Amino acid sequence: MKSISLTVNGTSQTLELDPGTPLLYVLREELELNGPKFGCGLQQCGACMVILDGKATPSCVLPVAAAEGKEVVTLEGLAKEDGTLHPVQQAFLDEQAAQCGYCLNGMVMHAVSVLDENPAAGEEEIREALDINICRCGTHSRILKAILKARKS
Amino acid sequence: MSTRRTFIKQAGSITVGFSLLGPLACTTEAQNSAPIIPGGQVDENKIDAWIKLLDDGSIQVITGKMELGQGLSTAILQVAAEELNTPFEKLSLQLAETGVTPDEGITAGSRSMETSAMSVRQASACLREILLEKTAEKYANEIASLQVENGQVSGAGNTYSFKEILDGEQVEKSVFEPTEYYGKTRRKFVGQPLKRPDLEKMVRGEAFYVQDLRFPNMVHARVVRPPSYTASLKSIDDSGLADSPGYVKLVRSGSFLAVLAEKESQAVGLQRSVKGKVTWDTGQELKQADDLASFVKSLPSDTNVDEETGDWADAASGAAITLEATYAKPWVMHAANGPSCAVAIFEDDQLHIWSHSQGVYPLRETIANLVKLPQEKVHVKGVPGSGCYGHNAADDVAAEAALIAMEIPGRHVRLQWMREEEHGWEPYGTAMVMEHRAALDSNGKIQGWQYELWSDAHSTRPTSGDPANLLPGRYVEASFGTPGQGWRGGAIRNAPPIYQTDAFTLTSHIFEGPLRVSALRSLGAYANVFSIECFMDELAEKADVDVFTFRMNHLQDERAIACLERLQEMTQEVNPADNQGLGIGFARYKNSASYCAVAALVEVTDGNPVVKQMWGVIDAGECINPDGLKNQTEGGMIQSASWTLKEAVKWNDQHITSVDWQSYPMLRFKEVSIVEVEVIDRPELPPLGAGEAAQGPAAAAVVNGIYFATGKRVRILPVGRLG
Ligand code: FES
Ligand code: FES
Repeated sequence: MKSISLTVNGTSQTLELDPGTPLLYVLREELELNGPKFGCGLQQCGACMVILDGKATPSCVLPVAAAEGKEVVTLEGLAKEDGTLHPVQQAFLDEQAAQCGYCLNGMVMHAVSVLDENPAAGEEEIREALDINICRCGTHSRILKAILKARKS
Repeated sequence: MSTRRTFIKQAGSITVGFSLLGPLACTTEAQNSAPIIPGGQVDENKIDAWIKLLDDGSIQVITGKMELGQGLSTAILQVAAEELNTPFEKLSLQLAETGVTPDEGITAGSRSMETSAMSVRQASACLREILLEKTAEKYANEIASLQVENGQVSGAGNTYSFKEILDGEQVEKSVFEPTEYYGKTRRKFVGQPLKRPDLEKMVRGEAFYVQDLRFPNMVHARVVRPPSYTASLKSIDDSGLADSPGYVKLVRSGSFLAVLAEKESQAVGLQRSVKGKVTWDTGQELKQADDLASFVKSLPSDTNVDEETGDWADAASGAAITLEATYAKPWVMHAANGPSCAVAIFEDDQLHIWSHSQGVYPLRETIANLVKLPQEKVHVKGVPGSGCYGHNAADDVAAEAALIAMEIPGRHVRLQWMREEEHGWEPYGTAMVMEHRAALDSNGKIQGWQYELWSDAHSTRPTSGDPANLLPGRYVEASFGTPGQGWRGGAIRNAPPIYQTDAFTLTSHIFEGPLRVSALRSLGAYANVFSIECFMDELAEKADVDVFTFRMNHLQDERAIACLERLQEMTQEVNPADNQGLGIGFARYKNSASYCAVAALVEVTDGNPVVKQMWGVIDAGECINPDGLKNQTEGGMIQSASWTLKEAVKWNDQHITSVDWQSYPMLRFKEVSIVEVEVIDRPELPPLGAGEAAQGPAAAAVVNGIYFATGKRVRILPVGRLG
């Protein structure tokens, strides 16, 4: 057991836990967040992505100790206080870019981070970046449209 | 950060209506849920089996089907909204739950629109007519001057809420034939691309999935899997285990072994460490398949002549050309993005289970037999999970959670499979071999067609109450054994070509293969249509007729022809480059449901085929939600392209070796195509199942496209890299 401090969605958290616990379990279990999902636990699918110090990162293997002192944003942390959605979230709604939606967390978080880095990212760059994000329902074409649309707003 | 309490509150108000109010919630549901009739069935002939007015004045729409990501919730709400002329905001939806909703069997075979939605439509129209009558009676109005709108009845300057009209009564009458269906006459909601209300919860990261359920004092379980299907547990060294952090207990029954811990990560850790402490008798070796087609044909099988019309010998003797080809597809997995999950609690003599099963009633019966409880002591509530595409491990994990919950009464048990379990233990879609032979006359008409196929069964769902159909059934003490051969009918789904010939023979050989199998989206239709539609292209080439015309020359069904014509228009401007090819595929799903035509533009660079773009046309009769129909069809096309190009389950003499996304690759963003789908809406006709219609046509379109790009005819799937 160790005391670990990190910021999650703007709130600083100090938690007593096994420092080797993957960040994903800490977010879902200790902080009761639903955005990041367990998909593979192997950094192969992107379902668990969060934005860690500004960059989309899988959270399923990363020990929470590695997030010590860092800033974590989850899907829940994207909307404004008043509930207004982030443009990427809004674009996913507008394009109805989900079927079961299990991959949606990773898709949205990764897109936000790619567009933060390069607001003019082109289709190729987006495809390249999101190659880690698996969608088993085959919603890719809509997701791509949504991200390209969010880029404009 | 939210407290547990606020999370429970938030999750409790999910419109699909699962209550998270702790242990009591199962018996005294939150106000948005109907009372449970323990062990009971709901009388589906009653109006209030499908639609009810709740105390808060809102309207609850009830379905015995499940939301699987196919957009069913929205379409069902739409038909109710239409008949009651009332927007979504005033409606909530109750999904499949034993004792609460009608028993609608399994959510499968693309049948929900034809069945559940039509029941809701009829009940809602009946409710409307009753409300109008009651208003007229009660307030001395003329029915003709009244109208239903926005959750109330209005007329002559007055408005009456449904609540005051009914004044605490439910409409318990039986359904009748209403005088009008607004869904057919007005179409204000139906036929419109209304947005899915559940999608907003998803983008906000609200609790939505069974994976998101949390209960106070919940324990986490993981199952320790045997090294092979037939291995049995010899011994376990449990020394020191109790000192592991968070350890709660081990549950063992025969060869079924599970670990329980306070936290999920601790349960995962225990699963790993216990694995090293168990000795197994390894069981039988799995047979190896070096060459897919010959392996499949070598398996012992039963043969059946399913159809024999006309005279093949006659047709063949007069033929200008006879052509033969053998196609094959491997075992393919559902491989849900989110591994299967369930929560269960055994308390006060009742077993409650939250599950993303496709059939809560059949699951209840089978689990009751597995844990040896009377059926009325088991309650299964459907909660959405990750998309399943057929019968995956949803039922298995629910059964395992139930077995474990029986050993720790009073605590909620949450069990989620790990990735290698989902990949390695789910029941797959079976491999098939498809052999076609046809005779063409000198005018390029098909005179006769012989089709011979080899397939394992396509469904081993727990529908008969036999626990052998649930994975743990075979491992528990006093084993229920393995399921007998499942449902054979799936193998010949879409085996008879839609095209006209004078003679046709269908012979099926049903084998029992080495791997666990069950229903995968479209069952045998994927392989049958893939092979028929590739063979049609091969025949068209021999007949020297273009692929559209050749098909249309053998079709009389106008809807089929309309679909192909629309596809032809959509792709008219496409001008494939040298290393590209445009292929098509077409079928009417089950030869009785939706028509779907697909085109694929495929580019092949250094032997690597990439689908650049796909076009689809779908005619599903009356279309309830065009955007939902498009979304599902687009998804089916991309998924089918992934199966076709990349996917095959691999194994060694012990067990499955395709255990993650590296050892079982699928289509990813870099190579996924853009898709575009058009709907042919036929409001005058009944709605038809559509969710599986694209699987076969898309596969053929991709492979036919490869042929046009390279001149190489691929007959064995997956395509992989072209040599
Ligand atoms: S769950 Fe983390 S990448 Fe798959
Ligand atoms: S929408 Fe189901 S996995 Fe992407």
